[in-house]
Amino acid sequence: MSGEKLSLKDLARKRDLLAPGHRLCAGCGAAIVARLVMKATRGPTIVACATGCLEVATTIFPYTAWRVPWIHSAFENVASTASGIEAGLKALKRAGKLKYDHVDVIAFGGDGATYDIGFQAISGAFERGHDILYVLYDNEAYMNTGIQRSGGTPKYASTTTSPAGKVIPGKLELKKPISHIMVAHRIPYVATASPAYPLDLMRKVRRGLEVEGPAFIHILAPCPRGWRFDPRYTIEMARLAVQTCVFPLWEAENGKYKLTGVSRSIARNPKMKKPVEEYLKRQGRFRHLFTPENRHLVDEIQKIVDEEWNWLLKMCQLS
Amino acid sequence: MGMRGKVLGLTGDEAVAYAIKQVEPDVVAAYPITPQTIIVERISEYVANGEIKTEYIAVESEHSAMSACIGAAAVGARAFTATASAGLAFMWETLYIAASCRLPIVMAIVNRALSAPINIHCDHSDSMGARDSGWIQIYCENSQEAYDAAIQAWKIAEHPDVLLPVMFCLDGFVLSHTLENVHTLPDEDVKEFIGERKFVKVRSHEGREVPFVLDPENPITIGPLDLYDFYFEHKRQQVEAMKNAKKVIVDVGREYGKISGREYGLLEPYKLESAEVAIVGLGSTMGTAKVVVDKLREKGRKVGLLKIRAFRPFPYEEVIKELEHVEVIGVLDRSLSFGAQGGPLFLEIRSAFYDFERRPLISNYVYGLGGRDMPPDLIMQIFDDLEKIKEKGRVDVLLKFIGLRE
Repeated sequence: MSGEKLSLKDLARKRDLLAPGHRLCAGCGAAIVARLVMKATRGPTIVACATGCLEVATTIFPYTAWRVPWIHSAFENVASTASGIEAGLKALKRAGKLKYDHVDVIAFGGDGATYDIGFQAISGAFERGHDILYVLYDNEAYMNTGIQRSGGTPKYASTTTSPAGKVIPGKLELKKPISHIMVAHRIPYVATASPAYPLDLMRKVRRGLEVEGPAFIHILAPCPRGWRFDPRYTIEMARLAVQTCVFPLWEAENGKYKLTGVSRSIARNPKMKKPVEEYLKRQGRFRHLFTPENRHLVDEIQKIVDEEWNWLLKMCQLS
Repeated sequence: MGMRGKVLGLTGDEAVAYAIKQVEPDVVAAYPITPQTIIVERISEYVANGEIKTEYIAVESEHSAMSACIGAAAVGARAFTATASAGLAFMWETLYIAASCRLPIVMAIVNRALSAPINIHCDHSDSMGARDSGWIQIYCENSQEAYDAAIQAWKIAEHPDVLLPVMFCLDGFVLSHTLENVHTLPDEDVKEFIGERKFVKVRSHEGREVPFVLDPENPITIGPLDLYDFYFEHKRQQVEAMKNAKKVIVDVGREYGKISGREYGLLEPYKLESAEVAIVGLGSTMGTAKVVVDKLREKGRKVGLLKIRAFRPFPYEEVIKELEHVEVIGVLDRSLSFGAQGGPLFLEIRSAFYDFERRPLISNYVYGLGGRDMPPDLIMQIFDDLEKIKEKGRVDVLLKFIGLRE
């Protein structure tokens, strides 16, 4: 089944491979992301998970929410653990000891596991070309340990280790352009996705599984606790991030950038692009920006988002 | 018996690589570090030449090497790696994970000193630092033992009563880079001895009895969050597995003796009959020490030695049995535990004798750090010292440094 042919009707009938009853928070973006990703699987699948919210809240012994074989090893090594799984499967198949024609390997990591501590392992696994799909569920801070800043935390967000204080207005550094770094690894497939656009997300997951070699999907996973919004607005936050071009939807197959979904529509009709303020003002982590003395920081964020969006548009035309 | 195989001139590293070639594990994931490099170079050559079908993963770090072995072993593959010194230290976190996930990974440690200052030569501070990680540890005296251990390790690790990873250790440069005659087994004998990896059955979360392996038809969760309500019980199971390993190491060593003519156990006594003083140690220095014992025995001195092969599990009862008649014991340590009463081996030996009615006098000798040579005359000095202690009837200085400028 090709990625293009996925239909919501078919997917709705498919049994959830991430079972209900796990202990992720109400409104947790990561839970929605993981469920959708698993919906899009196509056959025998093994999942490896980095330490983080998704891991701790879905596998509290003696319970587990996973209806697929699943392994957690450590925080920084999900890509290398997945490398071993993939290589093991390959060797077993060659020796005639594997009862499946093919087994898909999916690695889940949060932003801490991906931008920071596990970065090297991912880079190594991608350079070696393992046939794995790496899913980054990005809630933009170390939420599992209590909202500490990561390399994926956006500029001026207030976290517990980049608090908005009297002198410093939250995190001063830019969010690392992780997905573009992955494109630079010259792997066959990289994409961004949002739980607000489930079909686009699942289509990309399927494509990531179909390509031979490494695939990387960066999915924004709003966190009501860390971003400070009411749990009922998770999907709205995810949607606003795309509508404001803070988190555009795109994919790059063999390095060829292409906008998808709403982001494509915004590129055609720039009037659709919402100001970043609409996204920022809904979240407590940016509350300090809406004081008279910090107001210019919102303008700065708008400028950064515009620049990055324009750069992306150029990449889509060029490639 | 044991005559069917070839005698090859191999360095310690080459002997390990040759054994691994014969075992042909499904996956080798490794990162180069001196003095382990020859092992991974040879295995890469075997793969490049199509001599083995092993999947070789040239990982970007030792942390990833062990992580990849964890993934491979969890999916049912046989996984091997090799490292030394800083590489083993970098693996530290994942060593515990491999052992606690009960994955029968095999690893060669080519013993090398830890930084700082950086030093590429032999001591045992690397593997001794990993002694509490839940890995079985086997120390080798020579390349022959390293070859033999590289084959036996799989059978020990994968035994259903054990299911623990095994590291076998050979001294950096002294063994790794030194040519020796090594008696090898025919390929088919190795394959037959190792057999196929088998899987124990566990109760899955769906209530079914399923093999303990990542298998899409029989999903299980490995490495979950395990808090105060179950973690302790899981640790207790590892204690039991390590206990069981003692018997399995002996059984496997005996079985190996039948196909090779070289039988192995937990330890190796050497001329301990009627010995009044003895040294206890492990690794290549025991080879030199045997020569010294021979010389002193020729002179009528009642000396002997005990070589420890399995440091984890530690053979307490067996140590006492071998040494119960000895009056003074000198324990040789090639690593330190800063702030402790002595080196790691000393602490084990001394502790073993605590409940023994007639406790011998025990003294600790730390030697060879950072590759400092341990020639026969230094070992001779230790025997002289032990005889002096015997005459005096007491140990004045518990910890002495051998071959050190003070």
